[in-house]
Amino acid sequence: MRLTEIRIAGFGGQGVILAATIIGKAAAIFQGGYATMTQSFGPEARGGSSSAQVILSDEPILYPYVHRPDVLVVMSQEAFTRFAPELKPGGLLLVEQDLVRVTGLPTGLRVYGVPATRLAEELGRKMVLNVVLVGFFGAVTGLLDPDALRRAVADSVPAGFRELNLQAFEKGFAHGLSLLATMARNGETEVSPVALEEEG
Amino acid sequence: MHADPKGVLTGVHFLDGDHACCEGALAAGARFAAGYPITPSTEVVERFAARIPTVGGLFVQMEDELAASIAIQGAVWGGAKAFTVTSGPGFSLMMEHIGYAAMTETPCVFVDVQRGGPSTGLPTLPAQADMMQARWGSHGDYGMIALCPNSPQECFDLTIQAFNLSEQFRTPVMVMLDECVGHMTEKVVIPPAEQIEIYPRRHTAEPPDRYQPYAPAEDLVPAMAHAGEGYRFHVTGLTHDERGYPSMNVETQDRLVRRLQAKLRPLAEGLELFAASDLGDAEVAVVSYGITSRVAKRALQLARERGVRAGEFRIISAWPFPEDRLRALAGRVKALIVPELNLGQMVYEVERAAAGQARVRGVPHAGGGVHDPEQILAAILEAVR
Repeated sequence: MRLTEIRIAGFGGQGVILAATIIGKAAAIFQGGYATMTQSFGPEARGGSSSAQVILSDEPILYPYVHRPDVLVVMSQEAFTRFAPELKPGGLLLVEQDLVRVTGLPTGLRVYGVPATRLAEELGRKMVLNVVLVGFFGAVTGLLDPDALRRAVADSVPAGFRELNLQAFEKGFAHGLSLLATMARNGETEVSPVALEEEG
Repeated sequence: MHADPKGVLTGVHFLDGDHACCEGALAAGARFAAGYPITPSTEVVERFAARIPTVGGLFVQMEDELAASIAIQGAVWGGAKAFTVTSGPGFSLMMEHIGYAAMTETPCVFVDVQRGGPSTGLPTLPAQADMMQARWGSHGDYGMIALCPNSPQECFDLTIQAFNLSEQFRTPVMVMLDECVGHMTEKVVIPPAEQIEIYPRRHTAEPPDRYQPYAPAEDLVPAMAHAGEGYRFHVTGLTHDERGYPSMNVETQDRLVRRLQAKLRPLAEGLELFAASDLGDAEVAVVSYGITSRVAKRALQLARERGVRAGEFRIISAWPFPEDRLRALAGRVKALIVPELNLGQMVYEVERAAAGQARVRGVPHAGGGVHDPEQILAAILEAVR
């Protein structure tokens, strides 16, 4: 894989860091590549916001920080407002569609929405929304082997919650696959139904 | 001797530098840690406190850094391997006791996860501005060992090495992380215990009635006594003779203080830790350490893509300074570029070692982030113009 920069951002408590850890672990441990994860610490990380960055590559990663992400995953409006302008042209924006209203994006970005919190609530536990998003990320980006991601999920959560988290992953993954299929049928490549709703 | 398997978390992990440092300490045999919480170092002892009940040992959260830095020395004289962890403001408070460890030849490890300073500075952001403090922060003349990891894997590996060197040379050893390396998560491979070499404590073979606590062996390092086995010994920060008793005269002072420096000479003359690449044809070399060495390597890739013959000299053991190697390198290149997250510390050591043979140029950065590789590239390009 060529060097890919990912940022995940949301509220504190949504599991931003764990989502980044799972993606990094899948790449570095279960897929034999390299991954470097850093977190935004500092005054700006307080007041409820949280952000993590992961760099994936086939080669050792030298520069550790993300400035222009290829993929941005946002779980809050604040995170969208703050980080969407950083996205690389042609980059992928993944949003928690019930929590983020996508507006004023430059053209050329691909936007994919998932009701991650609602899907997590269907499993009876809102807290697994981050793993729903990891599953969704796996399906729409195609960056990582889904099995590597599954193993990383299982390896990153307490044993008692393993089954629940794996279900959450599958739910997000299936949602991503079906979204891709719908978009392919409609001949859409650039803009997702979420963004269309916002504009229409 | 091999590591005690109880402390070794063999396997492939996804760990940040702070946690990897803790695992290195446990693998090296550390069974006592004392600390006072301070960002960005707290995760090291947080993990130690969680792990140590199952490994067997003790973590004590002390009232401050002065107490932490002397509690570990009590533990060492009681027979344990011990360390403490801090960041800039706490490191400043530990200085008196670092000198005490040097003077009493107490093998122990200090981890400093560097953040922006001076004073409270930037608690959550990186710097490399404690490098001279690590060398000279305590008063008086003494030798110092300081190691600079640039990844979580090296935080593990070099923490083990720090414990080994502290035992081999009976001296405090500094592990100089920075916030970026400490909070960066990457793959860390922890080998099986039988593949981890441990330098055991140098216990005396002399019987109690013949033992002299500060009589140096051939390599200038004295052997320690087993606490509680009938050996008489005296530990003091006062200038002391071979018996360990205060001796206030020029001859004893000269003998002792010269030995504290001279015993570390092998680390500057053959055993120094460094990494070099692409120096064969280089007309310019970038000299760096810690997190900056990774950014420098990126800049070197960009330089090579432009056809510039540039190579890497990465300092891993910053103290003792690898003076001879840098002097030899300075004789072969036109310029040495020294990026660091401070406004000029190790660059003056490089300049001193180069002794006018090559141009030496710093690329200072006040901290709070890392260099943009382009900044280092610009310095490389200017040097070869």
